[in-house]
Amino acid sequence: MADNHFDAIVVGSGISGGWAAKELTEKGLTVLLLERGRNIEHVKDYVNATKAPWDYPHRGTKTQQMIKNYPVLNRDYPLNETNLDYWTNEQESPYTEVHRFDWFRGYHVGGRSLMWGRQSYRWSDLQFEANAKEGIGVDWPVRYAEIAPWYDHVEKFAGISGSKEGLAQLPDGQFMPAMDMNIVEKDLAGRFNEHYKNHRKMIIGRTANITEPLPGRTNCQYRDKCWLGCPFGAYFSTQSSTLPAAMATGKLTLRPWAIVTRVLYDKDKKRATGVEILDAETNKTYTYTSKIVFVNASTINTAWLLMNSATDIWPDGLGSSSGELGHNLMDHHLGVGAFGQVEGYEDKYYYGRRANGIYIPHFANLFGDKRDYIRGFGYQGGASREGWDRDIAELSVGVELREALSEPGQWTFGMGGFGETLPYHDNKVTLDKTRKDKWGLNIPAIDAVLRDNELKMRKDMQGDAIEMLTTIGLKNVRGFEGNAVLGRGIHEMGTCRMGKDPKSSVLNKWNQVWDAPNVFVTDGSFMTSANCCNPSLTYMAFTARAANHAVDELKKMNL
Amino acid sequence: MQRREALQRVAVLLGGTVIGAEAFLSGCKTPVRKEGLFYDNDVAMMDEIGEIILPGGNGVPGAKDAKIGEFMKVIVTDCYTPEDQDVFTQGLKAMRDAQFMDLTPQQRHDLLVKLDKEARDPKYNDKNKHYFKMLKQLTIWGYFSSEPGATKALRYIETPGHFDGNLPYKKGDKAWAT
Repeated sequence: MADNHFDAIVVGSGISGGWAAKELTEKGLTVLLLERGRNIEHVKDYVNATKAPWDYPHRGTKTQQMIKNYPVLNRDYPLNETNLDYWTNEQESPYTEVHRFDWFRGYHVGGRSLMWGRQSYRWSDLQFEANAKEGIGVDWPVRYAEIAPWYDHVEKFAGISGSKEGLAQLPDGQFMPAMDMNIVEKDLAGRFNEHYKNHRKMIIGRTANITEPLPGRTNCQYRDKCWLGCPFGAYFSTQSSTLPAAMATGKLTLRPWAIVTRVLYDKDKKRATGVEILDAETNKTYTYTSKIVFVNASTINTAWLLMNSATDIWPDGLGSSSGELGHNLMDHHLGVGAFGQVEGYEDKYYYGRRANGIYIPHFANLFGDKRDYIRGFGYQGGASREGWDRDIAELSVGVELREALSEPGQWTFGMGGFGETLPYHDNKVTLDKTRKDKWGLNIPAIDAVLRDNELKMRKDMQGDAIEMLTTIGLKNVRGFEGNAVLGRGIHEMGTCRMGKDPKSSVLNKWNQVWDAPNVFVTDGSFMTSANCCNPSLTYMAFTARAANHAVDELKKMNL
Repeated sequence: MQRREALQRVAVLLGGTVIGAEAFLSGCKTPVRKEGLFYDNDVAMMDEIGEIILPGGNGVPGAKDAKIGEFMKVIVTDCYTPEDQDVFTQGLKAMRDAQFMDLTPQQRHDLLVKLDKEARDPKYNDKNKHYFKMLKQLTIWGYFSSEPGATKALRYIETPGHFDGNLPYKKGDKAWAT
């Protein structure tokens, strides 16, 4: 059975799973990387990456048939014709919504690293300490000083472009040169930063699009087609970045179509011994063994996998002894903000499609600011000139209409907030034993809602946006507010939180399951709180740190 | 007009009413054969409607060059809800009833200007849609996202290669297609 034994098994090939595979193989371990969906090969399988708008039968838009097949994806922008193959088949893999939860998934090699938004921000101690200071959930067992070197490590390899700003709430990192703001953003940011005396700051987004080449990767070509897969490898994905590095070691085995159904557990040794998988194509069951297991199946599926594991010892699954497995599900709530018109700049335009915008980091409840809720929010946005899809009321039909729409319109600026969601024990994932997926497996049930703190915050997310845009001189400023639902932030976190005490957390400070120390969970599920900035960079840093710890512990014969 | 005269001659010859005269009168391209939601000359009519909304000229292609009729057929068939399809096909019927294909270019233009004004009445909204708004939106979207529209009426660069956030602009310069 030597073919079925590895030093390490990694479950899931998205952002964190890819990192686990790279770090572990580079440290000399043989690694089996399991992925439940199909393979997508870098460049070769990005079948739409070089298509023009007119190459799509429906110019990229969704059809009624797609709406029927993808009712969840249809709730927001992801349902479209250009990268439909990257989103999970909802008929094959249903889930139960106790309350509406927009779960947008990608079941294939690379997972959502292919479609992610790429915004990459460090956390500071203002966030790591917040739970302890405010008595929310449990304290993070890690502080910034401990994770900072790992942020350095992952930023250098992944390639994050950004500007150094010296902000206490958003630490600087190992950045490639920042992308430029356009002329309007630059002027608005100047006014903004002067008015708010740097208590609030408008900066260029920090993004995992490289602005200088890396080995095997070309710098960003400003095509803004990232989510089709980049033929230049210009943004970080498993395919462009971690997978080739892991492959280069000669120690990686990638196995697509492998739905991991259980982590196998030896109750005498108190260790996991491997995993059981169901081949998604043949329905056959296979067992793989290993010294350590990294679980990176994404927050909800990681909880699902652990709940289905070691149930002979713990009826609610591996890691459930604390009573927290599956609980404290978080996301970022969004869809609230404002936009307005910018007068002038008719003699200014831009060249290139920059897949990045401006960012206003968290300021509420910081530096003397006080609100009737805790935590805060950040904004992403940008300025552009209106295009042909604008209405020109005074032109009905004819050459004048065609000519007018062939020129850019007025400058506008808009931004939307990303708000922190608190870790509520009652926001949770459970198993729905009454329903099955295509493979006869029980499915997850999601039961989570936004509560008072978030709903109060959303008022400010809109109100502050209107006030700030008005302050910096925009005209016809209008707020907007979408549905207050969880999931659509596509930042699921928290079902296996880390903590200092096995009685109140699923993982220790090294991402090890308290009840099975050779099982490491390093996707979004380990997050003890959510902060309000995009989380993937933090998953990368904790994954690299956990992999380093795992190898140290293996050397010391502790696992 | 010639058809009407021809019909009168036929009627005289036969000494009475011609069965199906109504259909015949509304054009040789008369809607007798229906495929899906559309009659067989609807695409040609939608091409002409689109060309009035966004005409070619001065070396720039128009909506007809972008095969706008075919585009509308595909989008309405595949992407519209049944309710919107009803509004749209009723609209096409109204255009056929108005004998759009038999109108002079000026008459076509005047009719669409009138419909544009009508469609802007606040009583029309997302719940109560006017078909002309659909025709106009489909024409604008289909034209500017087509190869002729995106590359000749607008500018399209597949791989820009760099970013310049302070590009000088003068009136008349084309907008970027995407």
